[in-house]
Parts: sequence; C-alpha cells; structure tokens
Amino acid sequence: MVGLVLVAHSAGLASEVAALVRGIAGSGVPVAAAGGTGDGGLGTSIDLIGRALESVDQGDGVLIIPDLGSSVLTSRLLEVPGRVVMADVPFLEGAIAAAVAVGAGASLAEVLAAAEEARTYRKLGGT
Amino acid sequence: MDTRFFVAWIEEAARLVRLQREHLTELDAAIGDADHGTNLDRGFTEVRQAFADQPPDTPAQALLSAGATLIRRVGGASGPLYGSVFRQMGRSLDDPVTLAGFAVAFETGVVAVERLGKTAPGDKTMVDALAPASRELARAVRDGVGAREAFERAARAAEQGARATIPLRARKGRASYLGERSIGHEDPGAASSALIVAALAAVA
Repeated sequence: MVGLVLVAHSAGLASEVAALVRGIAGSGVPVAAAGGTGDGGLGTSIDLIGRALESVDQGDGVLIIPDLGSSVLTSRLLEVPGRVVMADVPFLEGAIAAAVAVGAGASLAEVLAAAEEARTYRKLGGT
Repeated sequence: MDTRFFVAWIEEAARLVRLQREHLTELDAAIGDADHGTNLDRGFTEVRQAFADQPPDTPAQALLSAGATLIRRVGGASGPLYGSVFRQMGRSLDDPVTLAGFAVAFETGVVAVERLGKTAPGDKTMVDALAPASRELARAVRDGVGAREAFERAARAAEQGARATIPLRARKGRASYLGERSIGHEDPGAASSALIVAALAAVA
C-alpha cells in the first residue's frame, strides 16, 4: 500500500488529522503524522518527517501532504521522483481523499490524483 | 579561499544574525509571524556548534554542514531555504576555491532557492537580495577585481536589494496573504540575506 505522511506546523494538528483519516478511510491505511518542531514547538522538523516516511514506506511509494510554508519547503527536500512525492493540496481534504484511494488499493500516481481532486471538490456540489 | 575563510564567513554571519536578531524579528512581526530573527539565530548557533563538534576539513564540508544543520534546526521556512543555498554551494565548489568558482557556486545557490520556493526577483523574498549580489559577484569576476572588492560590491547590492523590497507587494509566504498591506515593509528574508552577504565582505 501507498504510505501517507501528514506534515503540519503543530504536532496536534498533524496527529488529529491522521486520527480522522484512519477513522474515515480505515485503520489499515499506513498514515503517519509529522507535526511541529522536534522540541514540541510550532514549525517543521525534517527529522520527524524522515522518521514518518520510514514508518509508512511499504515499498509502494509515499505521498507527503504538507500544510503550508516550511512544511512544504522541507517536504520538497525529501522528494524522490516516483517514490516519495509531495501533494500540493488542501491539508485535511487532500489527506482524506488520498487515504480513501490508498484504502482502495490505488497506486502512488492514483493517490496523488485523488488528493489533487480535493482542491476543486465542492462540499455542496455544483461548480 | 580556504576552509578557514568559509568557517569565518559563516561564523561572522552567525554573529550578525545574533546582533540583528531583534531587528529581523520586528521586520517579521510587521508582515510575517515574528520568528525570523529567533529561528535564524537558533539555526546559526547550531551551525557553530556543529563546526565545534566536527571542524570541517574542506570548504565544501563547511557549506554542506552549515546547510544540513540549518535545514534540520531552524524550524521555519528560512531553514530549508538558506540550507539549500549553502548545500548547493557546497556541492558546486571546486577545491581550491577561486573568486570565479565562488561566484559560480553562489549563483547555483541562488538558483536552488528560487527553485525550492518557486520564487523570482520582485516577489519580495530573500531572492531580491541574493540575486543582485550574485550578479555583482559575476561582474566583479569579469572586471578582474580582488575578492575583498568583489564581496564589498556584492554586499552593497544585497543591501540595496533588501531595501528595494519595501515598496513591493509580497507574492510568497505568509506576507502574501496581506496583499496590498505587505507594501511599505522590508522583507525580513531579504534583510537577513543582506547580512549573510555582508559577512562575506567582513571576513575577506
């Protein structure tokens, strides 16, 4: 299965979104949270992201979903074309869409495409 | 330019960032999240510690160590951005380092940060100080001037570039959410970039 890494500025935000993702997409989806700095502050830690990547990598690729700013820039440094890819998508909606695709057995490219659809998905339908 | 020069450059940059920490944070308080001075000071303090723990043997090692430490320890956007500048420079340097080689490596560092941040000159970012400095370095090499003169020209260009961000509207980062209200403030990243280039002139 494709792994998901949620990178947010706070540990709480990342872990709570990860919990919601597991609740909606199923506990079998490999998702890891990398939130905040290593010392518990607000910001980004490349070491936390690296550990999260290792924990969800089952050999089918990993999608990183960052919230914004330093999360995005730090995640980009860890991209490995075709294996570790960052999604430029809304954090929560992208994570849920990606996780549902992972649960359905999608490939990394398909999971990325599902996450990207979340950018234009309307909550009330219509356009 | 030997290893000692590169260590001295980065230590001088660390000293200037410490001295200007409150100023950088004030600039960031106006249009950002008021942590630029603190974050960068913490990162450079960690770089000095890394140099103390494992003194670099080559110019490239000094830059790679500084880059990796800034990426790991800053916590904010300036970490990956400055880290990429130093790391890319370290990868591009030939030993021994000439002024011409330095100028080429510096330019690759600027290109790396432009790519990572998807930023161009005029976006009100670090690049608005770094790109003019890089152009001046290249011009100084063509003019055949010495390193001190070249770095002084680059430092002046970086400082002018930083000040020239004041009337710009931010197109990247948190400040971009402010739209028109980002106008009238110097970009904190451009200001700290000018300090890092000033450190070059100070140790040349």
